[in-house]
Amino acid sequence: MADRAQQIGLNWASPLAGFLPGFLAAGFLVLLSLGTLAVVAMNADGLGGLGAADLAAVQFTISQALVSAVISVVLAVPVARALARRQFVGRRLLIVLLGAPFILPVIVAVLGLLAVYGRAGILSDLLVWLGFQRLNIYGFSGVVLAHVFFNLPLATRLILQGWQSIPAEHFRLAAQLSMRPRDVMRYLEWPMLRAILPGAFATIFLLCVTSFAVALTLGGGPKATTVEVAIYQAFRFDFNLGKAASLALAQFGICAIAALMAWRLAAPARFGQGLDLRVQRWDCAAAHQIVFDFCILAAVALFLLAPLAMVTVEGALGLPELPAAVLPAIWRSLWVAVGSALLTLALALALAQAVAGLTGRNDRQAGLLEAVGYLSIAASPMVIGTGLFLFLFPLVDPVALALPITALVNAAMALPFALRSLIPAMRDVHQNFGQLADSLGMSGWHRFRLVIWPRIRPAAGFSTGLAAALSMGDLGVVALFADADTATLPLLLYRLMGSYQMAAASAVGLILVALSLALFWGFDRGGRAYAMS
Amino acid sequence: MIRTTLMAAGLALTLLGAASAEQKPILNVYTYDSFVSDWGPGPLVETAFEAICDCDLKFTAAGDGAAVLARVQLEGARSKADVVLGLDTNLTARAAKSGLFAPHGLTPTGLTLPTDWDDPLFVPYDWGYFAFVYDTTRLKRVPRSFEALIAAPEDLKIIIQDPRSSTPGLGLLMWIEAAYGDRAPEIWAGLAPHILTVTPGWSEAYGMFLKGEADLVLSYTTSPSYHIIAEQDVTKAAAVFDEGHYMQIEVAAKLAAAPSPELADLFLDFMLSEAFQSIIPTTNWMYPAVMPKAGLPKGFETPVSPDKALLLSPDEAAAIRNGAVDTWLTALSK
Amino acid sequence: MLCLEKITIKQGDFHLSANWSVAAGQKLAIIGPSGGGKSTLLSTIAGFVVPQSGRLRVEGQDVTATAPGARPVSLLFQDHNLFPHLSVAQNVGLGLRPDLKLNQAERDAVQSGLERVGLTGMSGRYPAALSGGQRQRVALARALLRRKPVLMLDEPFAALGPALKAEMLDLVDEITRDTGATLLMVTHDPEDAKRIADVTSLVSGGVAAVPVDTAELFANPPEMLRAYIGS
Repeated sequence: MADRAQQIGLNWASPLAGFLPGFLAAGFLVLLSLGTLAVVAMNADGLGGLGAADLAAVQFTISQALVSAVISVVLAVPVARALARRQFVGRRLLIVLLGAPFILPVIVAVLGLLAVYGRAGILSDLLVWLGFQRLNIYGFSGVVLAHVFFNLPLATRLILQGWQSIPAEHFRLAAQLSMRPRDVMRYLEWPMLRAILPGAFATIFLLCVTSFAVALTLGGGPKATTVEVAIYQAFRFDFNLGKAASLALAQFGICAIAALMAWRLAAPARFGQGLDLRVQRWDCAAAHQIVFDFCILAAVALFLLAPLAMVTVEGALGLPELPAAVLPAIWRSLWVAVGSALLTLALALALAQAVAGLTGRNDRQAGLLEAVGYLSIAASPMVIGTGLFLFLFPLVDPVALALPITALVNAAMALPFALRSLIPAMRDVHQNFGQLADSLGMSGWHRFRLVIWPRIRPAAGFSTGLAAALSMGDLGVVALFADADTATLPLLLYRLMGSYQMAAASAVGLILVALSLALFWGFDRGGRAYAMS
Repeated sequence: MIRTTLMAAGLALTLLGAASAEQKPILNVYTYDSFVSDWGPGPLVETAFEAICDCDLKFTAAGDGAAVLARVQLEGARSKADVVLGLDTNLTARAAKSGLFAPHGLTPTGLTLPTDWDDPLFVPYDWGYFAFVYDTTRLKRVPRSFEALIAAPEDLKIIIQDPRSSTPGLGLLMWIEAAYGDRAPEIWAGLAPHILTVTPGWSEAYGMFLKGEADLVLSYTTSPSYHIIAEQDVTKAAAVFDEGHYMQIEVAAKLAAAPSPELADLFLDFMLSEAFQSIIPTTNWMYPAVMPKAGLPKGFETPVSPDKALLLSPDEAAAIRNGAVDTWLTALSK
Repeated sequence: MLCLEKITIKQGDFHLSANWSVAAGQKLAIIGPSGGGKSTLLSTIAGFVVPQSGRLRVEGQDVTATAPGARPVSLLFQDHNLFPHLSVAQNVGLGLRPDLKLNQAERDAVQSGLERVGLTGMSGRYPAALSGGQRQRVALARALLRRKPVLMLDEPFAALGPALKAEMLDLVDEITRDTGATLLMVTHDPEDAKRIADVTSLVSGGVAAVPVDTAELFANPPEMLRAYIGS
């Protein structure tokens, strides 16, 4: 009887109880992003004022983020379409590889980009050989180039998901109605894009807003200063915590406005459920379409993979120079990556479960929870790290907790990406199987094990893999806390570069790329294995 | 109930005290990343000092010098740091103002800095000259002054670091201030077309230079020494400028709230000894503050004569810093 | 015995009231125009929709506030009756234990349930490999094993051909006869009602009418029913 009462409590009579983990996760995220900001501001006796240079940083931040996001998204549309409607050998591998730039450590990616597009890059050499001038990408264009390099893969991924959400039946219907490609675009693909693009645009805009090292390295000068860089400088150069807190608030403001606009612009697409038939297309068999698709795929693959190839070659050359310290660093990084990925998964599951469960029952709460899940994308890792340091220092030795804290912050940073794929998957389960599970009295752990987990496993695998890869490559807050004995791979890479060990640093970069991709591939694969439609 | 708890706590504390009494005392030194790396001086310094102190020397690394200072400022009086190692004269004014540091009480003798030193708080342990480094196989017409650099064809490109996030970046700012004073804005305006990009730190800039992105990179006169001694590569050289070269002097200091003040004093003293100073050149790639008996290794010769050394006093540097950054921002934002 | 005591349901503009009961073992057809609230009525009895007022009793027990899984009813939906990632046997087994930890006796019961609905030897298959009729047979087998006093069908056979639908209705008829369950069946086809329902309730104009004898109802249809069947 007690058993039964509990079932009721969890599932039905008091639905909030079942969403408790979601609300706890949300509370934790608010503390981590806004709480740390408050701690920093309190230590500075309030917020500091912003000067002309800070406002210039805000302006540059917004303009470069806008251009980067527009280019990434616009380029991603034909790429995603080509990937969605063409089947060829190595398609899956190409999709995984195209994702690589997104998880590359920034400094590795920048050096890879320069090896191709820099003044001394192979493209410049080619141009000189053809009798042209060397490329000069430094400045606004360099920042945008780097951001497109990082974010085009993400945009492609998001839009590709949209394409795959159009049921196969719709394309069959289109074929029956002898729709021309332009009609298919108008009636099937455009409504999907209309629903997907604002979100994809906003995500990339936010990532470019909070971008750090890239802007400075390829920016060509102090004009290229993002808000995140200004935060860093407020800490380091002036030790002005109040100003850092103000800038972090400004960054939250920009992100909030962008998110709000995306939310207003996004029109939800209603395609209904298909029967998971394999998508076959009848509207894109014309020769010029095939040529166009493969040309755009080849161009993008070349654009994204050439720097990656340079990273690989230079890394391979540096392998003999690897120091002994690399092995323990690999272990540490793997632990941090896997730990933070599992933490991301736990947070994302709790939030997605609550968001999906509350949808239709209490849409305001659902929306609020979802928004909190995306909060960390607008947070400054520098502020989070410093806030945590100030908070923890009186209680424990932050150095002893360097790795767990790094894992924790990385988990929060990867959460928005995990939610992007888990919330829709969870909503599907609730919509399609919620009533059936309720009527069979399935609740708690068994409901999760038998109904939810098997349905969301692919999304969970993808999210966990992405989180692990992002955590692997991110320097994160470890630099604030670590001592000589707790270096992760990215920190080791920076330390090697700081000690003239450029060859060894390249090799560490290659190891980072390989491990990040392997982690992503492993989790993603694990999620798909045995998954049934 | 409360009494039992208190007794238990007391017992635990006694046991803890007994346990730590058996261990060696610990000296905590906060420093920058590259000091403690496997190629830096850290491991050798640790061995050498532990041989004489009967203690456990522990390094904690936090980014670069500015990050180390920020770290102890964040920790405040509760910091467990005994010694901070790795500030330079651009940071010492801020460090002194924080009130966190205690006088060293030493009267350093035999310093071989090209300048006098009588700071009561900070002990110098090495120094260097900022310089533009180039590749002798690629750059044939090497500029010998800022004015020559400005006059060079516009496709002669240099990479510098941001003065707000990097030590050499701030060094260049002070270099031009010390050499040109009121003419600094004009010099910066002339340099602007030659500046390929401004990086957040030294590593990015030097890495890009080695890849061939630019003709010159802001670094140290000792950078070519590294390539000669560690890599037997003689193709890198520092361009010697007629205006003279700005110095960086790296210093250490004892925290006023140091948990082990005696060990901290011992360490500061040790820093000026032969054992420490002979480690510095080929691990930290800077000139020793006290010339070791064996002199400098071949390839480490200073190309700058001491009368060309430029240095602003810490107070001067602190006073003009914000104005100099604004000048720089204005010149480069056009 | 299923009692709807002054039940009122309100969802935005939509409202529906019902105040009647069905005797144990009786078969009730619910008929009426689309959008009239037939499915909502079943959803309310199943516990997915909370009535604004009134009480719901099954065999004398008040279940108005009981969770869906704890109610003494089984409901077959139009679709999504099966979990696509679970096998036929697992889908049926859920009727016995929601955590699927079945003992040997329960596994045997699953097999005999599948035999009863004519799916011998299909236990290892997955729903994707079954035809539409077979899928609903699996759902019926599960309802059979759950042995709830009330079985409700929300047009699960609407997509099947006439012969197959008749076959399935006969199977439902047999099963309810075996278990003694009360049957509530939503349909838009008067023939379905005539085939197995003892009594029929017309849901229209915001009211679920008191059930009356099916044969009498169709022999002498009221105005609203005539409008619906178009005679």
